[in-house]
Amino acid sequence: MVATTAVKLPQLRHRRLTWLIGLTGVLVLAIVLSITIGAKAVPLTDAWHALTSPTGTESDIIIRSLRLPRTALGILAGIALGVAGALMQGHTRNPLADPGLLGVTQGAAFAMVASIIFLGTTSLLGFIWFGLAGALVASVGVFALGMVGGRGGPTPVTLALAGTAVSAFLYALTSAMVLLDEQAMDVFRFWQSGSIAARGTEVIWQVLPFIAAGLLLALLNASGLNALSLGEDVARNLGQNIALTRAVGVASVTLLTGAAVAACGSLSFIGLIVPHLARRVSGTDHRWLLPYSGLIGAALLLLGDVIGRVVAPPGELEVGVVLALLGAPFFVALVRRRKPVRL
Amino acid sequence: MTSYALRIAGLSWQVRLRGLAVTFGGLVLLVLLMALNMRIGDLPMTVGEVFTDTFDASSPAHFVIMELRLPRALTGALVGAALALSGAIIQSIARNPLASPEILGVTTGASVTVVAGVVVSGGVHGGVSGLLSSVGMPALALLGGLLGAVIVYGLAWRRGLDGYRLVLVGIGVAAVFTNVKYWLMTVGDVNDTAQAMVWISGSLHGRGWEHVIPVALALAVLIPLTLLGTRSLNALRFSDDTVTALGVRMNLSRALMILAAVLLAAVATASAGPVAFVALASPQIALRLIRSAQPPLLSSAIVGAVLTAGADLLARTAFSPIELPVGVVTAVLGAPYLIYLLTRIRKGRT
Repeated sequence: MVATTAVKLPQLRHRRLTWLIGLTGVLVLAIVLSITIGAKAVPLTDAWHALTSPTGTESDIIIRSLRLPRTALGILAGIALGVAGALMQGHTRNPLADPGLLGVTQGAAFAMVASIIFLGTTSLLGFIWFGLAGALVASVGVFALGMVGGRGGPTPVTLALAGTAVSAFLYALTSAMVLLDEQAMDVFRFWQSGSIAARGTEVIWQVLPFIAAGLLLALLNASGLNALSLGEDVARNLGQNIALTRAVGVASVTLLTGAAVAACGSLSFIGLIVPHLARRVSGTDHRWLLPYSGLIGAALLLLGDVIGRVVAPPGELEVGVVLALLGAPFFVALVRRRKPVRL
Repeated sequence: MTSYALRIAGLSWQVRLRGLAVTFGGLVLLVLLMALNMRIGDLPMTVGEVFTDTFDASSPAHFVIMELRLPRALTGALVGAALALSGAIIQSIARNPLASPEILGVTTGASVTVVAGVVVSGGVHGGVSGLLSSVGMPALALLGGLLGAVIVYGLAWRRGLDGYRLVLVGIGVAAVFTNVKYWLMTVGDVNDTAQAMVWISGSLHGRGWEHVIPVALALAVLIPLTLLGTRSLNALRFSDDTVTALGVRMNLSRALMILAAVLLAAVATASAGPVAFVALASPQIALRLIRSAQPPLLSSAIVGAVLTAGADLLARTAFSPIELPVGVVTAVLGAPYLIYLLTRIRKGRT
């Protein structure tokens, strides 16, 4: 980050554009891998055939009914979680912020399981609404807890611990409910490990509006977030409506996280890693950081999914598990490198 | 504060009246809670019957008590005591009320190796039974607990040990272990996985003497040893330089005490699974009851036993006839307590 500020502006713009093209290339590569690699490897020519002029061959069916929806959902969830992570880290000015670590994911899980048991919800759309509500309550709760008694907001450590405590609490309540209700147990099991496999096309159409709305709010939030990163006082003097900026940020994080976790289950650490990678190339300007985070998030989630498909044959490793196994060492390295300071 | 000195052959301890009162009051409460727990089952009893049947070998219910209900109640009490003692030691050494064997990777490490043991052996022997469950499981849990502690300690060590870095590294390592556990559960046979699932939520269901004995042995050996170490533990509260000046061999006694704490937590985890937050909350409760400067070891153990027995009673009666794992109840009660501790620390009144 120090290096970035030393770069002159035209150079910076040049570098950002180069990286943008490079990352788009990586994402395209990830998409190709995600479509061709799996329990049955499909050659590139067959894949092209399936996408352009399907005739109902075996690989056509595999690609159009399984791989394509899976890849599309991976892209959507990756963008959503990457952007949500960047927003959270920006708003809390906390390098350890992540929807999974801070209990937002468990909040969504708790609300969804409760809705199954007490209201008999069965449709995905119902789950999403309850997932959103749970995510909202949990994120506001964690922020409030982290703020208690402190000047200028929570330190990274307090926030991480508050998140752990809220997660543990919600997880315990959720498992209590799940143990009392078999149908809820079934939903929760799929949920816990986090996967983008076999979700079907309709799931994508149902979460798409929520994620699109969340992304729109995120982009609107970018310049306000830039001002806020100078400190609340400076931002106020610059004419920013701080309460509004914060509210838009929380709404965006809630929409993105709630929709992504309602569709894919618990995917932690992706929101933590991605903004750090993105910040390396984009600098701290959120107008660049947010799109970069989306791109890297999508590529990372797809690559994680591909790794999960090949690493434990004949079965698959859920992408949530792969991401945690990749992400937790990153988290430890981050904590070790220096005392976690505020962004 | 009234206090006396207890001297045995050149060793002396400070004994406080308040501490004695808490200890004996806790023991009475513990026996009562255990008796209330032992009433519950297919054959309902009154508390009076529980007491008479326990000591009357000719009574028809004697078998039920001795083979089913007493082991379960004892496992709960002993596991709670072991976890709390472990937590008290770790909190004294880390000088941090947020430290606990859970955060140091001990319980999560033990969970991984035990689930691995269940999954691997299940395929070969058709389930965990006999020698493997009485010797193998505690041994596996010890191995995993030590491994977890070494990994967290090693990763957090960077020119000295920072309390907060330790806690954060612990959170990260715990995430890796948890996900390895999920993965192992998807690999294994469905029946083994179900068995492992019950175990990892921290349950006292169906606990027999084979679960009581390892914890009882560990406590019998380690309680006297840790009490001998109380003096150095009290000294470790001060800064490293002061400790050395007080004539305590700091690194040695610290390492030995940590080893004892890891052993206690790992053995407890082997018997009942990871019962959440008991190790975190009990020392802090005991400290406030006794109003001492740092977690008192014996009273913490008693508080831990009472908490676990009480949580188990709640777990069995709250949604009766359905029985929740005790770990669920301790987590629901313990997490808000951690949050409360966090807010206290933020206000600078630890």
